[in-house]
Amino acid sequence: MTSLIIFYLASCVVLGGGLAVVLSRNIVYAAFGLIASLSGVAGIFILSFAPFLALVQILIYGGAIVIVIIFALMLTKLEDFRTLSDHKHWPIALVTSLITLGIIISTAFYRPANLTSRSGLDLSKLADELFSKWAVPFEMASLVLLIALMGGVIMVRKIDSRDDK
Amino acid sequence: MIELTHFQVLSGLLFAIGLYGVLARRNAILVLMSIELMLNAVNINLIGYSIFMNASESHRALGHVLIIFVITIAAAELALAIAIILRLYRNKSSINTDDINIMRW
Repeated sequence: MTSLIIFYLASCVVLGGGLAVVLSRNIVYAAFGLIASLSGVAGIFILSFAPFLALVQILIYGGAIVIVIIFALMLTKLEDFRTLSDHKHWPIALVTSLITLGIIISTAFYRPANLTSRSGLDLSKLADELFSKWAVPFEMASLVLLIALMGGVIMVRKIDSRDDK
Repeated sequence: MIELTHFQVLSGLLFAIGLYGVLARRNAILVLMSIELMLNAVNINLIGYSIFMNASESHRALGHVLIIFVITIAAAELALAIAIILRLYRNKSSINTDDINIMRW
């Protein structure tokens, strides 16, 4: 019962943060809403007996991704945002997202046969799986991350020195 | 008692909010934030199935492993997308997605 109350609290944080992201006029408030929403997801992970994933969530999303987004906000011009033609297509967006929500919710009430009560997974078991069965995809993911970061650096680099030659 | 349905409904709601943000907002950075919300909705669904399915340990570890991969790919995608947005801002001095039509034929 207590876990259900905590689940509902975390859900309120997640959904409230998400609504702040998509509805707020001020984009800095949207970034703060994103932090709240991602921390709420970390709370959901803790309720699911996955404290390691909650830690990864807070470290990577709260510590890296939101900071990068805030830096991107600082590097672009903030005055434009008030006059931006925002929410212009909101009826289409609302209808599309409501249809998607209806489809997902209608499938959510179909119960799979082999359900059990809530039970967690040992972290050492996760490490076993990740570094034996999924070792090659894991290394591929690190390669993808490296190449993406190198591509990002190359893309934002100033290339005016090439014209001098 | 928490059920699998709770996780699925929360995941669906968060996904719908993110989809609305992607379609309605015109600021490229806000679109990026909404995509992060949708990826987190997927993560909630994955962890829900991982802790409620009556499967072997290695099958349930798959949910956790997939979440780690999703977070990694989200970080890579965000780094590239921010680089593209900064480049666009430098070239066109705007990050309004309506102004970005150089790839349109």
